[in-house]
Amino acid sequence: MYYDPFVLPFTLGLLLLLGYLLVKYGTWFWQLDAQDKKKIRYRLLTRRTLIALREIVAEGLIHRKIFKVNPRLGYMHMSLAFGWFLLIVVGAIEAHIFVKGSAPLYFPIFFRYFVPDQHHFFFSWGFAQLMDLLLLFVLSGLFMAFAKRFNAKTVGLKKTTKLKVVDKFVLTALWLIFPLRLLAESLTSGYHNSGGFLTGSLGAVFQYLFPTEPFIYPAWWAYSLSLGVFFVGLPFTRYMHIPTEMVLIFFRNWGLKLKVNNPVLKAVEIYSCPKCGICIDTCQLNELQNTTKSQSVYFIQRVRNAENYRELAENCLLCGRCESVCPVGIDLTALRLMHKTDFSENKKDQFAFVSERTNTADVIYFAGCMTHLTPTIKNSMEQIFKQAGENYWFMDKEQGACCGRPLKLAGQFQAASELVSLNRNMILQSGAHTLVTSCPICYKIFKEDYRLPLRVLHHSEYINELLVSKKIQVKKSTISVVYHDPCELGRGAAVYQAPRNALQFASNVIENGSSGQNSLCCGGSLANQSLSENNKQNIAHTTVHKLTDNNPELIATACPMCKKTLGAVSAVKVVDIAELVAKQMIVKPVHQKQKAVSVAEFA
Amino acid sequence: MQTKTIAIIGAGPAGMEASASLAKLGHQVVLIEKKASTGGHLNNWHHLFPDRRPAKELLQKLKQEVNHSNIEVMVNTAVHEVKQNDYRYELVLSEKNVINANAVLITTGFELFDAAKKEEYGYGIYNQVITNSDLEQLFQADNLAAQFKKPVKRVAFVHCVGSRDAKVNNHYCSKVCCVTAVKQSIEFKERMPETEVFCFYMDMRMFGPYYEELYREAQEKWGIVFIRGKISEASQTRDGSLQIKAEDTLASKPLRMNTDLLVLMAGMVPAEGNEHISRQFKLAIGDNRFFKSKDNHFDNQLSDTPGVFLAGACLAPMNITDTISQARAAALRIHEYLTN
Ligand SMILES: Cc1cc2nc3c(=O)[nH]c(=O)nc-3n(C[C@H](O)[C@H](O)[C@H](O)COP(=O)(O)OP(=O)(O)OC[C@H]3O[C@@H](n4cnc5c(N)ncnc54)[C@H](O)[C@@H]3O)c2cc1C
Ligand code: SF4
Ligand code: SF4
Ligand code: SF4
Repeated sequence: MYYDPFVLPFTLGLLLLLGYLLVKYGTWFWQLDAQDKKKIRYRLLTRRTLIALREIVAEGLIHRKIFKVNPRLGYMHMSLAFGWFLLIVVGAIEAHIFVKGSAPLYFPIFFRYFVPDQHHFFFSWGFAQLMDLLLLFVLSGLFMAFAKRFNAKTVGLKKTTKLKVVDKFVLTALWLIFPLRLLAESLTSGYHNSGGFLTGSLGAVFQYLFPTEPFIYPAWWAYSLSLGVFFVGLPFTRYMHIPTEMVLIFFRNWGLKLKVNNPVLKAVEIYSCPKCGICIDTCQLNELQNTTKSQSVYFIQRVRNAENYRELAENCLLCGRCESVCPVGIDLTALRLMHKTDFSENKKDQFAFVSERTNTADVIYFAGCMTHLTPTIKNSMEQIFKQAGENYWFMDKEQGACCGRPLKLAGQFQAASELVSLNRNMILQSGAHTLVTSCPICYKIFKEDYRLPLRVLHHSEYINELLVSKKIQVKKSTISVVYHDPCELGRGAAVYQAPRNALQFASNVIENGSSGQNSLCCGGSLANQSLSENNKQNIAHTTVHKLTDNNPELIATACPMCKKTLGAVSAVKVVDIAELVAKQMIVKPVHQKQKAVSVAEFA
Repeated sequence: MQTKTIAIIGAGPAGMEASASLAKLGHQVVLIEKKASTGGHLNNWHHLFPDRRPAKELLQKLKQEVNHSNIEVMVNTAVHEVKQNDYRYELVLSEKNVINANAVLITTGFELFDAAKKEEYGYGIYNQVITNSDLEQLFQADNLAAQFKKPVKRVAFVHCVGSRDAKVNNHYCSKVCCVTAVKQSIEFKERMPETEVFCFYMDMRMFGPYYEELYREAQEKWGIVFIRGKISEASQTRDGSLQIKAEDTLASKPLRMNTDLLVLMAGMVPAEGNEHISRQFKLAIGDNRFFKSKDNHFDNQLSDTPGVFLAGACLAPMNITDTISQARAAALRIHEYLTN
């Protein structure tokens, strides 16, 4: 029987951890609502589970996404996770071959102690070399993690996260595990003249320098203790992300979604964050002075530690830049939004005064509140509708309720849903087949929350369709235009190509360094009510600066908010796609009713 | 006394009055104006508050004053480059003209805020939307009503357009637009008594002598309605008229009204070339982007650069009374500087 008391810290620690996880995950599962449970039951034995498993290997172990964003950081995470995983697997195989049957839980971990002189079984030499190689792999990652603590730049990050006291304690235990393993194995190998290229050579050196025998036993104790401490401490630290990320991957593949009044998925997402810190560098609030550090990693940390997170929940543009780089794929914007509801009072029946009116039409045009502040956009749209000969109804021309999304962004989900059902009725009664909106903020809620049985298009998509089908035609101008992707339209709704196509019809589109997924936020976000105007303008300045990298003659965007915010600080003129197209539109005589108006008509 | 030359940049009321004062003190003055004529914004106004005398009258007076043998007026002229050598400034002007000055006075004044930047008010989009400056032009005509295509039954004035507005990064008050709105609303009523006149304000800043009296007259004699609240947007209705949305902050309720004319009280912003001038003379610019004087109370006409002085609306929004006083104060400070 292979046993020694020093295996106890490891074994007890591991059992405690497994027990804790069983209770924790069991409770989570139990708290899921009936709908989610049903989903799991139906999907457990489908391909989705296999896909999830593959994702766990790709993301949880190999960290493919981190690799893509930052290869050095990716290597660091991979060597730790995947290296450790392989150590366990290969170690288990080795032990299995040796005992030719099953062995206690701890046996593979402390194999070298119990079987110090391993020249006697199948492929033992190969195992020794392989295990050493894997240990070296893990140690290289550990070395990088160590360097990162002191200088984030070594792994290509500008900023890294700060640690809590428990985190530090458990982190020390984690850092000690592999050096102690190296030490224990080397001492043992030195004494028994065994081991692979690493432990064997190091052991020989030790043996040459001093008698190793008295240190062997304490070293194995220390190794076991560091493992035990790490396991016991894990639930209280960020390392909970290791098991929880797997749960998240399963849930995601089974189609479970974040919901306001479902605490489980929120918790799973919160616990899945490894605090890699990638979200910090990508956030534009970073450049501002005197703002609270409210990047996603800090926000998650606060929520997890049950500290007051109100200020952090509110100081966020909900621009989605962090979400697009988060390697764990946490729904950072939705998550933040849902936590905002914790602080906003939900008033009911606020909109009793809005009367329902409807018109029959083929196409509904919903300009949106923001577009009413940039009348050139809605006027251009009316010109385009008329030119296309469309039978349209300008739903919010004079009176009209808001789409509801600004309320949602403020965390007032209840009030927002009242507006949604109000507008929805009017839309359905019109008999229209298409709804066009000028505002990406409205677009997103129409698409996601209204459940409309008609086509919902942003005006950039609609204009592009008209141009492609030649329902309207434009004279191409030679002016060079850079396109600014609005957050809600790009990252928010994945509309990237249609606006560019439409622009290309009417002008000469040039790209800039930060477009598409990487595009910057204009700073005008409705979501962030706590940011000062001054700071919003600072963000807008940087964005304009980057947009005009290639000296465009014009900045075009597809959002009234972006137009206003960028326009306020930009020396280069900012226009909406609709304006540009309407200006270049070839007006056919039949439709020519309107002519340009100017102040000069008074004189 | 050896004659000294002073270069004055900007021939608005401030530059003109300072030139005259310095000439009377025996100095040589070169008055540099980038536009084709002198007079600055005075050229654009019809009648002046508070006494509503014709702006032309004042303009004539200033023109007579600068018609002095010690004053050389250079119009259509800009300052390109400045070199400093021991207490003398060498100014390189348009067409490579060079003048040497012992002191420089900056009186570049202001520019009207570009109301099109507040797109929600529809300036340049709807032809029923004009600015205070446009209205002064319209007042020049004998028959005001004939200037509009459709009858104007109602007019609304919007205060604080481009002033006191963090969204356009102008936090300051332009000071003269409240009283201008009061003056213009009375002038409107005088010419078209049937028209209803509304003013939408945030606060009424009646700081000067007889301003408050003018405000009272507007309400009591002319029945002009003052509503405390900011207009959020203007839009065109189906019949082509203009609809404005506002919140009446005294009554705390939202308000919607149709109007035939919207007059935007555009505020003052620093003149465009000020940045260039500040770089050439190493002058400080304040947070409000106007020039910054050496000391707000004691040395308001001095800049941080010795020999360079400041006066008028290039320092902050102000009326003509204050502009003229500052111009004379600057002349005195320059005289002291040159004779010591
Ligand atoms: C709508 C409105 C109505 C007003 N009505 C009244 C009123 O009724 N009564 C009253 O007391 N005040 C009134 N004012 C205020 C008045 O216009 C100012 O007090 C006055 O014009 C300030 O004079 P200034 O010389 O400082 O500036 P300005 O009048 O602006 O003159 C500056 C001059 O400098 C020139 N200049 C600028 N930059 C340069 C450069 N780089 N090089 C050369 N030249 C340059 C400009 O072309 C201009 O000629 C009104 C203001 C507004 C906005
Ligand atoms: S939120 Fe995502 S990007 Fe940010 S630290 Fe957590 S895992 Fe990394
Ligand atoms: S959503 Fe945007 S503003 Fe908010 S934390 Fe992420 S990157 Fe920063
Ligand atoms: S003077 Fe009146 S209208 Fe002008 S900025 Fe000040 S408060 Fe506003």
